[in-house]
Amino acid sequence: MPQGDRVRFVDEFREPKLITRTADEIRRLADPGRHYRLMEVCGGHTHAIYRFGLKDILPENIELIHGPGCPVCVLPMGRIDDGLSMAQDPDVIFTAFGDMMRVPGTHGSPLEHKARGMDIRIVYSPSDALKLARANPGKHVMFFAIGFETTEPSTALTLMRARAEGIHNFSVFCNHVTIIPAIRAILDSPDMRLDAFIGPGHVSTVIGCRPYEWIAQNENKPIVVSGFEPLDMLQSIVMLLRQLKAGEARVENQYKRVVPWEGNRAALRAMAEVFQLRPYFEWRGLGFISQSALRIRDTYAEWDSEQRFSIPGIRVTDPKAAQCGEVLKGVLKPHQCKLFGHECTPEHPIGALMVSSEGSCAAYFNYEHRKMEMVNILSPTA
Amino acid sequence: MTAEVASDRFSPVRFREAQIEMAHGAGGKASRRLIEGLFAPLLFGTSSEPLGDAAHLEINGARVAITTDSFVVKPLSFPGGSIGELAVNGTVNDLAVSGAKAEALVCTYVLEAGLPTAVLEAEVRAMAAAALKAGVRIAGGDTKVVEHGKADGMYISTTGIGCPLRNVRIDAASVQPGDKIFLSGPIGDPGITILLARGELDLEADLRSDTRSVLPLVEALVREAGPGIRWMRDPTRGGAATSLNELARDCGLGMVLFEDQVPVRDTVRGACELLGLDPLHIANEGQFLAVVSAEYSDAALNALRLAPGGEEAQIIGEVREQPAGAVLETTRYGGSRIVDMLVGDPLPRIC
Repeated sequence: MPQGDRVRFVDEFREPKLITRTADEIRRLADPGRHYRLMEVCGGHTHAIYRFGLKDILPENIELIHGPGCPVCVLPMGRIDDGLSMAQDPDVIFTAFGDMMRVPGTHGSPLEHKARGMDIRIVYSPSDALKLARANPGKHVMFFAIGFETTEPSTALTLMRARAEGIHNFSVFCNHVTIIPAIRAILDSPDMRLDAFIGPGHVSTVIGCRPYEWIAQNENKPIVVSGFEPLDMLQSIVMLLRQLKAGEARVENQYKRVVPWEGNRAALRAMAEVFQLRPYFEWRGLGFISQSALRIRDTYAEWDSEQRFSIPGIRVTDPKAAQCGEVLKGVLKPHQCKLFGHECTPEHPIGALMVSSEGSCAAYFNYEHRKMEMVNILSPTA
Repeated sequence: MTAEVASDRFSPVRFREAQIEMAHGAGGKASRRLIEGLFAPLLFGTSSEPLGDAAHLEINGARVAITTDSFVVKPLSFPGGSIGELAVNGTVNDLAVSGAKAEALVCTYVLEAGLPTAVLEAEVRAMAAAALKAGVRIAGGDTKVVEHGKADGMYISTTGIGCPLRNVRIDAASVQPGDKIFLSGPIGDPGITILLARGELDLEADLRSDTRSVLPLVEALVREAGPGIRWMRDPTRGGAATSLNELARDCGLGMVLFEDQVPVRDTVRGACELLGLDPLHIANEGQFLAVVSAEYSDAALNALRLAPGGEEAQIIGEVREQPAGAVLETTRYGGSRIVDMLVGDPLPRIC
């Protein structure tokens, strides 16, 4: 409401006065003779930058580069085809998060398959999928699991519960990936010049801050684990600029109200119980990255869709003209892709970056690109 | 979906999608493509007129307004309302925001075999009560029954006929830079109430979806600021963002919203934060958007706020030359973002 009402833990971090003050601090710290390239690793940050119009209040020499941390975006199309091939079976209920529903497979998205009559349902957590399995003993419920470390503990706990309760008509098609190898792949990429990282907030609630230490120590890049509200992100940029000014490279935690330095040990234990690293996994745009994804351990084989069903193992190359890989790595801005805004739009996405609200292309399309054509729109007329 | 009929000339069908998806009914971009690409060219001929909430026709010298709407709601009843009430108020409101007072409705019930009579009776009673309250007569109806498992219990379709109000003319083309954008009250309550009432989210909130006739508010507005009213719309599916984008395209001007002036209850805002939804995309009932000339804007705000149920009305933005054909929201600390139409159904995101 315009006057007075507050949403706790949200509005405090959108306080206009504090935001203006922090933006002033950024302007004071940024050396006008220098160009800063900061990568926000997480898709949630990309979304927040556009949704809150943060670019408008940052000085021009601070460039934000969108990272690979959007789990829907990095999933190769073949995995979607694999998942949907299992859903062809009329006795299977295919479940996934809302984010997955519009991601295109070779023959359409899960939502389009649903319109053609397949039993495809949106769930809000893997435990909801397990609930469906309990309620539909005559059907097999498959959960299409995606996500970084943020969502992995809930998948692990759901599998542990399925085993403990002896629910046998439930399985998980595991597409979980891990963030650290992706950051390493970006840093290894020769066309990438970055000054510092805005570290992922929700992933870090699980893994903590230690796994980033090599970025500071070996690569000499500062990294600040950040929250998702405007003030969080601006404060993280202040912390990065201070380190850069002092010539330091450390891991810092801006998101202390949520992220413990050591992570969440109970969650990590559950993950270790259920998952093991895959030797390699294909990432859209980044190619095969070794030890970058999780599979379900053999002790849980009965609940692993890949072991229960025969998966075609489809590999699909992305359309040649689409430059998702370059955008994912931060080499190109979304609007610099040849297909952006013409062939590829949120309604008719070609790459997944245009689907998820955390994908940089969709965020850019929804919140930003038409602003480039405007002049003086922000000066009030009255 | 209504426009003047010009049946002697037909334009080509531009809708090229192979099958109908849920998104084509969600009120956003896909719906607009279906209507403009298939229905309008085949049914309304070359009509490139903006598609309003109701058609205003002249029949033997008498001006009448007509509109129709179907109601498919799951669950059938929710805190603060039910499908029967919605079916009356939705059509009354479509007429009201087109600048007409509903006089009579006819309704069609599509019932699922196995529907408990008590449920049907409750909805028919709800319709009767809503019609009495809105001052509209129910003049006729039709009933069809479909197989068990087919119609989520019941669908209701209502068609309304009304008299144009004097002293007001709704026309997107008359909107001009400097005009003010009004909202009659907080947005998002109905969409979030129904989402939570489905019980799939394990979220609870103290929210109601108070469906109501907006005619008294529209009449108050017309009485005090009639000549200044350029446009009104009932932002149901697709939310305020979609209605304002349609207006922006129809008049070729920019709609600039001020984030801190858009009334959204904190429970709705909280739910949207949790689910990753935008309140501007959430469906509404019982609220309307209006564009009023700057000259009449004080009178309009007073009229709305003094009318019962209009206390929370707000000027949420203004019309500018730029961004032409788009909606922009300025944030309270000087940032800005483009607000697009809803794409597909609003889907909650994971993290």
